[in-house]
Amino acid sequence: MKIFSIVVSLFAVLIAFTTASRAIEIQEVKSDSGVTAWLVEDHSIPLIAMKFSFNGGAATDPLDKTGLSEFLSGMLDEGADDLTSAQFQAAINDNSIKLGFSASQHRFDGSLQTLSVNRDIAFSLLAKALTAPRFDKAPLERVRRQFLVSIKQDKEKPRTISTRAWLKTMVGKDHPYARPRSGTEAGINAINANDLRDKAKKIFTRQSLHVAVTGDIDAKTLKQVLDQLFGSLPEKSDIAPVIEADVFSQPKIQVIDRDIPQSIVQFGHKGIKRKDKDFVTAYVLFNIFGSGQFGSRLMEEVREKRGLSYSAYATLYPLRRAGLIFGSAATVNARVGETVQVIKDEFKRMAEDGPTQVELDNAIAYLTGAYALRFDSNSKIAGQLLANMKLDLGIDYIKRRNSLISAVTLVDVKRVAKRLLHADQLVFTIVGKPKNLAATSN
Amino acid sequence: MSKFYTVSATLIKAAALAFTLVFTQSANAKPLNIDVGEFTLDNGMKVVVIPDHRAPVVTHMVWYKVGAADEENGKSGIAHFLEHLLFKGTKKIASGEFSKIVARNGGQDNAFTHLDYTGYFQRISKDRLEMVMEMEADRMQNLILTDKDIKTERDVVKEERRTRTDNKPSRLLSEQMSAALYTAHPYGIPIIGWMAEVAKLTRQDALEFYRKYYTPSNAILVVAGDVTAGQVKELAQKHYGVLKNTATPGPRVRTKEPKPIVERRIIMRDKRVSSPYVMREYLAPSYGTAKGNEALALDILTEILGSGTTSRMYKKLVVKDKVAVSTGSWYSGDQMDYGTFGFYAVPASGGDLNGLEKHIDAVIGDVLANGVSQQELDRARKVLQAETVYLLDSQSSLARVFGRALVVGMSVDDVINWDDRLNSVTVQDIKNAAAKVLQIRRSVTGFLMKPQSTKKTETN
Repeated sequence: MKIFSIVVSLFAVLIAFTTASRAIEIQEVKSDSGVTAWLVEDHSIPLIAMKFSFNGGAATDPLDKTGLSEFLSGMLDEGADDLTSAQFQAAINDNSIKLGFSASQHRFDGSLQTLSVNRDIAFSLLAKALTAPRFDKAPLERVRRQFLVSIKQDKEKPRTISTRAWLKTMVGKDHPYARPRSGTEAGINAINANDLRDKAKKIFTRQSLHVAVTGDIDAKTLKQVLDQLFGSLPEKSDIAPVIEADVFSQPKIQVIDRDIPQSIVQFGHKGIKRKDKDFVTAYVLFNIFGSGQFGSRLMEEVREKRGLSYSAYATLYPLRRAGLIFGSAATVNARVGETVQVIKDEFKRMAEDGPTQVELDNAIAYLTGAYALRFDSNSKIAGQLLANMKLDLGIDYIKRRNSLISAVTLVDVKRVAKRLLHADQLVFTIVGKPKNLAATSN
Repeated sequence: MSKFYTVSATLIKAAALAFTLVFTQSANAKPLNIDVGEFTLDNGMKVVVIPDHRAPVVTHMVWYKVGAADEENGKSGIAHFLEHLLFKGTKKIASGEFSKIVARNGGQDNAFTHLDYTGYFQRISKDRLEMVMEMEADRMQNLILTDKDIKTERDVVKEERRTRTDNKPSRLLSEQMSAALYTAHPYGIPIIGWMAEVAKLTRQDALEFYRKYYTPSNAILVVAGDVTAGQVKELAQKHYGVLKNTATPGPRVRTKEPKPIVERRIIMRDKRVSSPYVMREYLAPSYGTAKGNEALALDILTEILGSGTTSRMYKKLVVKDKVAVSTGSWYSGDQMDYGTFGFYAVPASGGDLNGLEKHIDAVIGDVLANGVSQQELDRARKVLQAETVYLLDSQSSLARVFGRALVVGMSVDDVINWDDRLNSVTVQDIKNAAAKVLQIRRSVTGFLMKPQSTKKTETN
């Protein structure tokens, strides 16, 4: 439908992107101690971004210390080596360094951004945080208090309540994924400095480390920095394996009663993992089905045609030990029944008929064209590199990625829609006071 | 408020972060080592170009000098509702197709409504800049709305209000505090609108608002990315320059606040509250209305008092006295008529809000009596100036900073020279600004807490 004078072809989109990706030159930098990093040098602005990731996260926290990985992520900037918490925080603040850590189920990530003039102090602070965190009593107790309040807050957040309940159904109450990643009251209360030290020792190893760096730094300097930061870490350690989840595959509607005007409607069922041979096709399928953008099926049917929800999406949720599909909408209590029905119908329709050729073409045009938007800043490039390293996609993946997407055919996507989408297995978790809806459990 | 939110944890985190950034340093930037181009089209539409040649993409934004504070009585939410409706159709574009066309050209788009402005943007490959310009220029003048568009989109906005506000006691409290802080000025009315008024907005309301405010002389174009001012000038002339003005919105004169004479207290009791908190907001000047260095001084003051773990409040309430688990302050100076200066604290346990409020008052009392030290001023200034370097890493943030400054009446030079102006702030400026703003009669204090009787009413 070319209503405009400027005619734009899909071909042109691909050309445009090839140019974009060529601009991103990734160097593989290997330090003397054997630490490897991917580097994109760019000296046009005086900033450096580093993102890194270790194996081992919340899923391997001891049962009686649920929240340990998150707790550790909150303690690494609370004093290290010769610096107390206050001194460490002052050094970070006064030098405008942005340092943060986060724990997911299987990995522990860090992010450092600094002005290049403050490069040395920034890396020296990070080295201290990784190799000699102090875990002094006063900051430890303060961070504990902060976690306890945040756990309390989470208990009243409708969206959090819903997601947790849904996940519990999907992976079973005893699987590590069913535990709140940010901890339980009992878990957080049980954690002491030795636990944090042990966890740090287990996680911070060279074998599982990935490092991505962008900005105002050259390979030679980075080599030294890699040794300074990670060279003294142990080669490897034993991280307890996480068991495979036995993913729930029955339909269910669970209602959790809360006195709110709008019900949170979350839903999904079994899905696939990142390594599945159909993953790329499924990724394209979910752009068509549930991207949350105008034009995606759920957005059109739930929001545009019926005004049922401000947002409506569904996405692949590929955990290492459970492949899932997860979606979300929110609607006034009186219209929950209708919303649930529309979502079920759309799962069924897409499984039976698949998308149209036009929908597929549009999705491919969007996904390939918009890929360049993920590379327009140093910190975004570092994030993209790290994500590709974590998934073991290869240093040339950025150049290959769009051709993988473009190769998806209508036959593929229809087959995968049939394979993946099952209206009769949908698990709904609804938090609110829904009307006209029969729950199958509470 | 925006058209939709995207499915991304990073975005959600960014949104949480934006709370701090927007409220502390939004309309401000440092001498940006970039050559910002600026010109005005014959019809009065202003254009700003921010080159960033690192990636072959652009951010294209059109800002209208109209926001929620320009709405008529009884029509709250119309500015935001119209923002949603601009994604419907024109003669050239079928209803609902705008974003789909952008997407199939590899672009992303969205929009936002604030008290003083409404903005629309696309992020896209640079060779599609002309295409999005043509589309944006088209919907500035040729919007078509059907009754069906109105009905479903109004339902969407009502759901948006429930998602953002009605489901969240903390947001309801903020809404009530603003309503109490502004006794006459329209900043007291929520941007998304009161539910009862939103429910009654009509097609006629939307079109009247559109015709009154959507015209080239009332718009600002900001383009950031891999383009030159020359290229943008040519394209802007071709697509926006040819548009005729269809309205004269006139000066933006809003009802002034009467002299604030009474301390206000708001208590929200809601059984959905899990952890209580106390918040205080003071009526302050904005960059638009401040005299001398007042607004700059308030930006530095909030950095010293309540920004991060090295701030006075965190060190006193959280680290030393252990009465709070989190605390902070903010200054929103990037508004036309007034800013607000605010504080909050979340108690460690139990939740004695009165006691906690006294701790906040002690921090405020100290700064009123003794001001801040030269060393504190120097540190805070350095931090604020460094923040502007980080801004260089994001073309969309840069576009937002310039757009927001211009749309509330500041100039490109105001943004570029912000750094130099910070250098002129003295400890006396800060003491004076604190004395002027931090008077209890200018304030609203809000308590968010559980109902007094803790009878279990839930059936779960």
